[in-house]
Amino acid sequence: MSAEVVTGVTMGTLAPGFRTFLWIALGVIVAGIALLVASRRGSPHYRRRVALAGRYLLLILLAVIVLFPIYITVVDSLLKPDQVVAKPPILFPFHPQWSSYSTAWTQGHLGLYLMNSFIVTTVIVVGELATSIAAAYAFAFLEFPFKRTLFVLFLATMMVPLEVTFLTNLSTVVSLGWYNTYLGLTVPFLATGFGAFLLRQAFLGLPRDLRDAAKLDNAGHWQFLRRVVLPVARPSLAALGIFAFFSAFGQYLWPLIVTKNDRLRTVQIGLKFLANSQLNNFNVIFAGTVIAAIPLFVLLILFEKQLVRGLTAGAVKG
Amino acid sequence: MNVTHPFERLKPDRLPGESVGAGLRKTRSRRRRRTMESLLAFGLLLPSLVIFGVFVFYPLIRQIYLSFFLTPPFPGEPNHYVGFSQIQQVLSSHDFLNSLWVTLLFVLYTVPAGLILGLLLAVLAHQQLAGIRFFRTVFSSTVATSVAVASVIFFTLLNPEVGLFSYLFGTQGQLSVLDDPRWALLAVSVVTVWQNLGLSFIIMSAGLQAVPDELLEASRIDGARAWARMRHVILPMLSPTLFFAIVVGTILSLEAFGQIDILTAGGPLQHTNVLVYAIYDQVFNQDNDGRAAVMTVALFLITLVFTLFQIWLLERRVTYER
Repeated sequence: MSAEVVTGVTMGTLAPGFRTFLWIALGVIVAGIALLVASRRGSPHYRRRVALAGRYLLLILLAVIVLFPIYITVVDSLLKPDQVVAKPPILFPFHPQWSSYSTAWTQGHLGLYLMNSFIVTTVIVVGELATSIAAAYAFAFLEFPFKRTLFVLFLATMMVPLEVTFLTNLSTVVSLGWYNTYLGLTVPFLATGFGAFLLRQAFLGLPRDLRDAAKLDNAGHWQFLRRVVLPVARPSLAALGIFAFFSAFGQYLWPLIVTKNDRLRTVQIGLKFLANSQLNNFNVIFAGTVIAAIPLFVLLILFEKQLVRGLTAGAVKG
Repeated sequence: MNVTHPFERLKPDRLPGESVGAGLRKTRSRRRRRTMESLLAFGLLLPSLVIFGVFVFYPLIRQIYLSFFLTPPFPGEPNHYVGFSQIQQVLSSHDFLNSLWVTLLFVLYTVPAGLILGLLLAVLAHQQLAGIRFFRTVFSSTVATSVAVASVIFFTLLNPEVGLFSYLFGTQGQLSVLDDPRWALLAVSVVTVWQNLGLSFIIMSAGLQAVPDELLEASRIDGARAWARMRHVILPMLSPTLFFAIVVGTILSLEAFGQIDILTAGGPLQHTNVLVYAIYDQVFNQDNDGRAAVMTVALFLITLVFTLFQIWLLERRVTYER
């Protein structure tokens, strides 16, 4: 790679900021090597302590790198616009300005967008759970013709991503009169092959004795589902619900093309428009980003276990 | 609650001494029950099947169908059938090949990097240390950043006026990396890797947790050094997880759209015009549904290979369990 390719980062033209950056990096590397050398001599007890310190150093360093963009977003959201562009950059908000949040909330309509996102996401999660429970129950406990074929058909839906179907789906939604409505935003996602698959697995995990109890007259199915299946499969239901919430809340392509105005825009799309409209109010853009990101962060902290289960379904034994 | 009596299951169809007529009646009622069961099953599957029919299978077939029709230059005129000529023309066009190449590069930039970083974090966080739960939450945290959030963060941070990065990297007063044909795709890839790091970490951690602790302990007592332990114990045990992560990561990258739309809009000079963005561009900016249809079918076929892998993995997991 020639020096010209490395956009101007030649030794002669180093900016002072980059020099600081290099010094910090160098310091960390030296400290790491020192720890590595130290951990190979001395008594076992001493060695273990040095190794422990090294591990924490590495963990903290990586945590800082991963969190840095989030940290700087929060900091910049609390600065004045001229402080955001200050050089050298300000890395801590000594005089936090909270007005950016109210500007993003009112002028940027983020309150409205968030509400739209919550409505759309809730409908999708509830609908997806309902259709998945129904389908999974049929596949797990009932006997009927073409069972295997239909199950393969359900799995096959996972092979057709929205990125392939969105063009036709848009014209379908338009001709149904659902363009720019909650129906258009939600209905295509009310059933997924993944949900049915995940719950079928969970239902099949029920003890055999309980499953035999399902061979009842049709009036008994509802009781069996409500009193036995759903309580036992609760962890899987929670995993699917949280997973569905994360994917529905974060959707981008579909809400972008199926909405045309503020009234129905979800927060992800609203954020894009905020970034394009508040051109020089960087603090407002950052505040909007924080607002848009908070719901999923709260959910992550509250339901980390369930989310992990949903995300890793199929990767390893749940 | 209606629970079957334990002995009822053991009962043969016809009890000794029971008349043949009673058996016949029983068969008929059993048949009726089976019909009811089938009806119930179809009723339960119906909502899903309707949605799949309208929003998954019908559009897929229509996209294939559309790729044989030329979109008229003016709206209102009828499409006309051109056979394979449009398909041939699009597949050999410079724009399509460019998109294919950009998509391939994007996959190569994002998937291996995400995999390695996720694995690194997972291995480091897979130990008994005070406060490790905090680090685990931090490492999974980017799973809570949606594609729009991650993209707007970096779109603003990379703005030369905000200039944090241009200051850190000493490129002040120059073009934003997002406007530089040499760096734009790489920049978008870095954002994508960061956004998917949480997911990668979560998948890898779950895989590591499935590796029996005794195995790790045994190799530790053997005195195997960290790298040897990684190569000969952890990686082989982790191979199903790695495979799953590669497949999921590739599908995610093939379907990338939001980060391109927000960060570069396919530019500069088509250098980040991945397949999905090119399709979107054909539909909404060029009004050419026919060309877009050909490209969606191509995207479908490419994704298909990887999803078949994914489903095969899901199925295999089933056979492990049962």
